[in-house]
Amino acid sequence: MNLYQFMLQNHTEVLELTLEHLWLVGISTVIAVLIGIPLGILITRYPAFNKPVLGGANIIQTIPSLALFGFLLPAPWIGERADRIAILALALYALLPMIRNTYVGIKGVDRAVIEAGRGMGLTDRQLLFQVELPLALGVIIAGVRVATVISVGLATIAAAIGAGGLGEYIFRGLAMVNNQVILAGAIPAAVMALLADLSLGWLEKRLSPS
Amino acid sequence: MSDPHDTRPAIEFRNVSYRLDGNGNDARVLLHDLNLEVQHGETLVLLGRSGSGKTTTLKLINRLLTPSQGELRVDSRPILEWDVIRLRRMIGYVIQDVGLFPHFTVARNIGLVPKIEKWNTNRISKRVDELLQLVGLDPEIASRYPRELSGGQRQRVGVARALAADPPILLMDEPFGALDPITRAELQREFLDLQKRLRKTVVFVTHDLREALLLGTRIALMEAGRVVAVQTPEQFRNSTEPLPSAYKHAFGTGS
Repeated sequence: MNLYQFMLQNHTEVLELTLEHLWLVGISTVIAVLIGIPLGILITRYPAFNKPVLGGANIIQTIPSLALFGFLLPAPWIGERADRIAILALALYALLPMIRNTYVGIKGVDRAVIEAGRGMGLTDRQLLFQVELPLALGVIIAGVRVATVISVGLATIAAAIGAGGLGEYIFRGLAMVNNQVILAGAIPAAVMALLADLSLGWLEKRLSPS
Repeated sequence: MSDPHDTRPAIEFRNVSYRLDGNGNDARVLLHDLNLEVQHGETLVLLGRSGSGKTTTLKLINRLLTPSQGELRVDSRPILEWDVIRLRRMIGYVIQDVGLFPHFTVARNIGLVPKIEKWNTNRISKRVDELLQLVGLDPEIASRYPRELSGGQRQRVGVARALAADPPILLMDEPFGALDPITRAELQREFLDLQKRLRKTVVFVTHDLREALLLGTRIALMEAGRVVAVQTPEQFRNSTEPLPSAYKHAFGTGS
């Protein structure tokens, strides 16, 4: 049986796992955006938080993903369901690129522009929303893009704790020593990563001030 | 407050010092005990070499920096009593790098402060047209982005933006320093015309003696964080004091 026949025969399951995968990546990315971007803005305003925040996000990155999934198992509420654990872990991993790119993007705005804005009497909030964020948007989206692509790959490992997603096929294929089953998980995941990369890359270009 | 008959100075430095707070001993004093008055409607030029404290002095006026010591009054009111946003909106600010917002059109750049001040759209676009003409630009340029303009056009837009909400005071930090000599001469001439009409209180930073002599009603010569002389261009030309003489020598002007 070749890969094409396998996918055709199991198309409902393939679709289901793909949607599950999409859900894990989507929700975790949204959470990471909602936490990471404000944190990135915060450390441009309060440099004292710079080291602890970026350092903390950095440390999270160094934890092996399988170990992080394991660590979260005993956590209250989170640990009750595998998909919650997976979403939290993926969100934590996505945090660093979001925070760092937000910070770098804002810090990279031309100093003359900032000074002119402050000099003409913009409040900090006006400066942030009218000048800094619009000008940093391309770099911030680049962070979202990197985080999303990494997330699509990492989410396959979530199957190890029973959170579902395309990793199911990969682990099942490994257990069965069946390459076709592995590919049935790996190829849709790769396509998903490529699509995320392309669409966010397009958005990044559109939103970057030239 | 831009009343020309008002005899009180528009800006007043009383024993103002500014230092960078380093750790312990490496605190660097950038301005020593500065005393200076700027009268309504005059163009006071701060002249000096790089690092003499001209820009620091300027940034104290719109409180981009805060004095470490001494008292600074704007419109007879101590600078610390001003609401800093209100203060900055009545002080136009033009810098060498212009700092136009690259993601805004020329019209939005100029109209930003009026918009924040909640002027209606009609009044803003009228004002933008009026200002573009005032600085010698075709109002058709309003829909362009800064990257589509030449250096001279950008600096003109910078001046128009600073004048948008009709501030009585204008701070200009080497505004023509990055322009080619011909464009610079053009803008200097236009500045003189403009100033004849508008009578703003202007503090103008430059290291170019010719520019200082041409544009200033008075020249404050700065050296190592101190004001060493305040003279009219006429007095400066005739001065035999060592520092003004050194400047004239360097620029090959004067006797």
